[in-house]
Amino acid sequence: MSIQVNGEARELPEDNTITGVLAALDVPEQGVAVAVDGVVVRRAEWQSTVVGDGAQVEILTAVQGG
Amino acid sequence: MTGEAAGEPTGMLAIGEHKFTSRLVIGTGGAASLDVLERALTASGTELTTVAMRRADLGSGSGVLDLLRRLGIAVLPNTAGCRTAAEAVLTAQLAREALGTDLIKLEVHADDRTLLPDPIETVDAAQQLADEGFTVLAYTNDDPVTALRLEEAGCAAVMPLGSPIGTGLGIRNPHNIELIVARAGVPVILDAGIGTASDATLAMELGCDAVLLSTAVTRAQDPERMAAAMRAGVTAGRLAREAGRIPQRFWAQASSPPR
Repeated sequence: MSIQVNGEARELPEDNTITGVLAALDVPEQGVAVAVDGVVVRRAEWQSTVVGDGAQVEILTAVQGG
Repeated sequence: MTGEAAGEPTGMLAIGEHKFTSRLVIGTGGAASLDVLERALTASGTELTTVAMRRADLGSGSGVLDLLRRLGIAVLPNTAGCRTAAEAVLTAQLAREALGTDLIKLEVHADDRTLLPDPIETVDAAQQLADEGFTVLAYTNDDPVTALRLEEAGCAAVMPLGSPIGTGLGIRNPHNIELIVARAGVPVILDAGIGTASDATLAMELGCDAVLLSTAVTRAQDPERMAAAMRAGVTAGRLAREAGRIPQRFWAQASSPPR
């Protein structure tokens, strides 16, 4: 399936969960937050939330600022 | 001063359920490197430090988070860059998920040129975030009315600016800051505009509970030394406030007894 991650197209296996997407992209789970199609997905729901084809996934973390 | 050393300010800074001995909050923006930032944070004695939320650089960790964890400094995520209440609420929710903290520094900027806070969007976002259980520290103009509205909306602290972000112009309307302090039922943290240590001292003398600054330290010629100066400035101002200054007089008053 094809999804957008932080604005870039990515090809990933079908029926991937958020946990699976993070693992496939080699993103550490600690210190990041995930929104799918503009809605924040709680960490406790990462393993059960399936990311559909065409989904817009945003992965955010803390950077220097403020 | 029973039980307290005369040279140490009394009490702790309490923001919601969070308590801090240090009254200096540092922003991490603008530091030339993590090494420079680490030395500045250590010299400042800060226990609470801001970070911004941005798209993750896939494949690399967050250096600033690792640094704050190692130094034992609590992280205060901000909503910098947000223009609407909706954007700020989403950013706060993401920050809570990523960092596991209920603290949020709410800032909604009206435009890029002034970076002044948009009071209408800020109050709206503050209400939503407080209802969702966040401990909200709201960046606001030096307007006593907006500060009260933010407190009514459920903010745990209000953060009036001294002058626009990054200008180093100091506190342009000290009387407004005093008015905010006089009526506030939550901590007042002077945020933005600090240029040098005397600005931080003045903020505390006016009755602010803490000072938040970043550029003044991170872009100083010697950030570590300026951080130490800010620490001393905040302590001096707090002590002076607690000590109670003399009233200002127009005419001289002899301090020696008359002949």
